[in-house]
Amino acid sequence: MNIIVCIKQVPNTTDVRIDPVTNTLIRDGVESVINPFDAYAIEEAVRLKERLGGKVTVLTMGPPQAENALRQAIGLGCDEGVLVSDRKFAGADTWATSYTLACAIEKFGEFNVILCGKQASDGDTAQVGPGISAHLDIPQVTYVRKIEEIDEKRAKVERMTEEGYDVVETPLPCLFTVVKEINTPRMPSLKGMMRAKSAKIAKWTAADIDAEPALLGLDGSPTRVVKVFTPEPRKGGELLSGTAEEVAGELADLLKEAVI
Amino acid sequence: MDYLLTEQQTMIRDLARRIAVEKIKPVAAHYDETEEFAWPIMKVLAESDLFGIYLPEAYGGLGGGIMDMCLVTEELSRACGGIALGYAGTALGTLPILLHGSDEQKKRFLPDVARGKRLAAFCLTEAEAGSDAGSIKTTARKEGDKYVLNGTKQWITNAGEADIYTVVAITDKARGARGASAFIVEKGAKGMEFGKKEKKMGIRASATREVIFTDCEVPAANLLAREGMGFIVALKTLDTSRPGVAAQAVGIAQGALDHALDYARTRVQFGAPISSFQAIQHMLADMGTQIEAARALTYSVARLVDSGAKGISKESAMAKLFASDVAMKVAVDAVQIMGGYGYMRDYPVEKYMRDAKITQIYEGTNQIQRNVVAANMIKETLKK
Repeated sequence: MNIIVCIKQVPNTTDVRIDPVTNTLIRDGVESVINPFDAYAIEEAVRLKERLGGKVTVLTMGPPQAENALRQAIGLGCDEGVLVSDRKFAGADTWATSYTLACAIEKFGEFNVILCGKQASDGDTAQVGPGISAHLDIPQVTYVRKIEEIDEKRAKVERMTEEGYDVVETPLPCLFTVVKEINTPRMPSLKGMMRAKSAKIAKWTAADIDAEPALLGLDGSPTRVVKVFTPEPRKGGELLSGTAEEVAGELADLLKEAVI
Repeated sequence: MDYLLTEQQTMIRDLARRIAVEKIKPVAAHYDETEEFAWPIMKVLAESDLFGIYLPEAYGGLGGGIMDMCLVTEELSRACGGIALGYAGTALGTLPILLHGSDEQKKRFLPDVARGKRLAAFCLTEAEAGSDAGSIKTTARKEGDKYVLNGTKQWITNAGEADIYTVVAITDKARGARGASAFIVEKGAKGMEFGKKEKKMGIRASATREVIFTDCEVPAANLLAREGMGFIVALKTLDTSRPGVAAQAVGIAQGALDHALDYARTRVQFGAPISSFQAIQHMLADMGTQIEAARALTYSVARLVDSGAKGISKESAMAKLFASDVAMKVAVDAVQIMGGYGYMRDYPVEKYMRDAKITQIYEGTNQIQRNVVAANMIKETLKK
């Protein structure tokens, strides 16, 4: 089974700050880590490999320092890392990013499964995974919480929904985005970390992946971030006190006033 | 303080610390309360390759030494001294094989230990042979190509959970101290049973049981070194392992100080955090200084052991007794700083105080350590 995991390096904070002038993320002084959702994709890929044999290749598009994230992924059990990095990719939106990753994946040749985290913790778009499958013209199942059955040709998975879950059967190759319910990522192993330290990371540029230059980076991005703002914090609710009867009556009046 | 760890040692320490914080800390109180053996944590340590760090690469290890083992033991103990013992007790049970085993024995047992597939235990103590280890009564009688063991080992760490037991038994009573031999006994051997699980003051996540041998048959191929080498194997093992107890003590002390420091900074009395009071500051300063001194001595001795130096008994005893006395004092002071909260079982420091106590007792009481230190000092002056 040939498995590809797409990951992103994100700032190590859930409290992402935004530059009010440029409307971009402030990355200075913030340590970069593997996107937490991608950790579940890495773990699932390694588990599939352990069960079925094969190879896990971890792929990321990003600046040269994203190589660290790939090495961490190798420490967690992935076999090979590929960094797609080029100044031409700068400013890419989710469309241009997924196009770039799809071009890189086409260069790999044969694969059975692509795994992605359901979204990145910085941008929160959840669009790149599905975008890759669209560019590659392969099926996709998002929010996968369990891979029930899988062989080289097909898979049966559980897709989480707000009310419960769907059971989806799909031919392979297919792209899955996974949710945190799918597994508990392992700790890195020392042998893995040592292998990661000396592992060769392939570095591909725009020319290496035969991408159409006009579809890359800011120029290839059909969307623009016009404004990023911090929403007003929610105001505290109103607390009613008194006996149950009093409170219920008061609440009914308030709801009537609010015309709900 | 920077102890100039190698890149690999830094990696090992950071990984052990991460496991301690993310995996052990959240469950330490649970295992202390239930006295269960923390198998899920052992599994994490195994998958992270930590069980093999001090074993040679030829036997599936990572080729490090006692220093590496100490770094892991310290970090795990900072979160829970009891759970850490599943790890450190395995090292103690494995050292006789590492130090005195034949290549065949090492090939047979070390790779499984390195992978964390099998835990180990060291069996020396008996009901009437504690500090006076020479008076053990368990016997091993040779019959053809096997030995038959009879006797009861007491207070054996990891007993029942471990798969590999290194056991010291008398093969020739007439030869006194040279009449003991060491054996590798595998769990499941006919005639091997475990006594009831002991209820302890501290390190309650660690399993402590009797190991009972009744006509227990052990293949002659499992004899370590030669007949008569039993006490030499035991003493060399303990000299090598004591920095590990010291590291456990340093970890427990550091964990207690971490809690006391956090508490002192947030606990407000008389309108100010109690960390602003000199009475508390001086206690914290002493605790921090003593821990650093204990850590420095422990690391120095661990490195001395790894250098292959001969005659490490004195230094190894010094590290164990100093670090464990520090752990006890620091843990008592941590409870004192936290006052009533420190005494309550809802808060973690009373556990550190209970856990610290054992480090002054096992692998040789601190009184025995002082005997060893003094005897060696006197011997050294005589040589001059």
